[in-house]
Amino acid sequence: MSRYSLASLVRHGLTGHRGWRPAWRHPEPKAEYDAIIVGGGGHGLASAYYLAKNHGLTNIAVLEKGWLGGGNTGRNTTIVRSNYLLDANAKFYEHGMKLWEGLSQDLNFNVMFSQRGVLNLAHSKGQLETFRRRGNAMRLNGIDAELLNGEQAAEFVPGMDVGRNVRFPVEGGLLQRRGGTARHDAVAWGYARGADQRGVDIIQNCEVTGIRRDGQGVTGVETSRGFIATKKIGLAVAGHSTQLAAMAGVRLPIESHVLQAVVSEPVKPVLDTVVTFGAAHLYVSQSDKGELVMGGDIDGYNSFAQRGNLPVIEHFTACLLALFPQFSRLRILRNWGGIMDMTMDGSPIIGTTPVPGLFLNGGWCYGGFKATPASGWVFAHTIATEQPHALNADLSLERFHTGRVLDEKGAGPYPWLH
Amino acid sequence: MILIPCPHCGPREQTEFTYGGDAGVSRPGRPEDADDAAWIEYLYLRDNPKGEHVELWQHTFGCRQWLRVRRNVVNHEIVAEEET
Repeated sequence: MSRYSLASLVRHGLTGHRGWRPAWRHPEPKAEYDAIIVGGGGHGLASAYYLAKNHGLTNIAVLEKGWLGGGNTGRNTTIVRSNYLLDANAKFYEHGMKLWEGLSQDLNFNVMFSQRGVLNLAHSKGQLETFRRRGNAMRLNGIDAELLNGEQAAEFVPGMDVGRNVRFPVEGGLLQRRGGTARHDAVAWGYARGADQRGVDIIQNCEVTGIRRDGQGVTGVETSRGFIATKKIGLAVAGHSTQLAAMAGVRLPIESHVLQAVVSEPVKPVLDTVVTFGAAHLYVSQSDKGELVMGGDIDGYNSFAQRGNLPVIEHFTACLLALFPQFSRLRILRNWGGIMDMTMDGSPIIGTTPVPGLFLNGGWCYGGFKATPASGWVFAHTIATEQPHALNADLSLERFHTGRVLDEKGAGPYPWLH
Repeated sequence: MILIPCPHCGPREQTEFTYGGDAGVSRPGRPEDADDAAWIEYLYLRDNPKGEHVELWQHTFGCRQWLRVRRNVVNHEIVAEEET
């Protein structure tokens, strides 16, 4: 398989761009694999990629019920950051940030990672103090964090309403300059191509309908394309982790909820960073196509419908207009919803399960996209060695049994509040 | 917008209600007798069905009563509801 480069671009240009080959194969499933990853989104493909690259395990398959990156990988707001308070989360997401920084080169695929900064705005002195605490915790973990006062925030985001005569004046914010955005589809495609080049079979339109196990552990998966034998199964199906784990008799501390996002019609460059509104919940950035990409809270009730409801959109667009009144005449172009695994403490679950040979990567709540590289990295380690990596040891399923929960927000066991 | 038929107030918009989660979980009756497994089951483990889900809603901006609602979480159809 050829590498993408300036030379290859020129060479194909001279022949009218008729020589490009598909970036990955469409193989028929084999009867047996050393390991099977269920879910062909970013996390599943990254896991397969790092299994092949870091652990030399290439007789593996990724099974996807639809098409690659067609689930939550294609339904997020593409924000990448590692501004977490708790040590376990901070170290895990920061490992991800470091992988992001070299990802395009590593994959030989442009994931368009843009470190345009992520600014969390504070609207009261008290909120700014909690941001100071989080920023200090981040810096102790070796992560960049800058506390901005009101004037610095105004300078960083020109065009934002920083007047004092508003309900929620901007008092300052916590800025992570290394944060930013990436092209979500390219992440899935880049990992798919990298995994495929190393011999991984990526099998689309193949839905897993059952998990077979015997006294020792798992023995294979039933799929819409027949039975496939394996001794190791990695689930990377966030949104439906409950359903897949149930096939092996495992109950999870997860509820599924719908999270919405919208994009506006495209306009010329107006916003060159990611801004979050702290008095309610909004995150907004501008895509390379010029659309404003934004989202807010989950709808707040159990849902498996990949569409949401207007009250949440009304809420976060109100936040947007509070910050940027000049956007009031923009129209919404598209809206969509994705199904989130909401865990009982708001942190993800990556690790082993009570069933030998069954591994779980899920519970991403609504922070899964930024974790894609780190998630794949540690999940590959977990599957290959059957032990968690140091970075996901605390993200285990057992933490709900031992009481070592990672409640970043302090919301308690109410998934709809995380 | 989900319309929730409140038995006291009639069909009302979801924004008048506060979600209370899975109605199938109940706090161990005698906490001193409950073991860790019972607490974990109550606090953390959920069936999370992809289909009909029995859940609690409080009509916060109405009669303030708690309702037990059976709702299909795939198409949001409300199958049955009753006062708790």
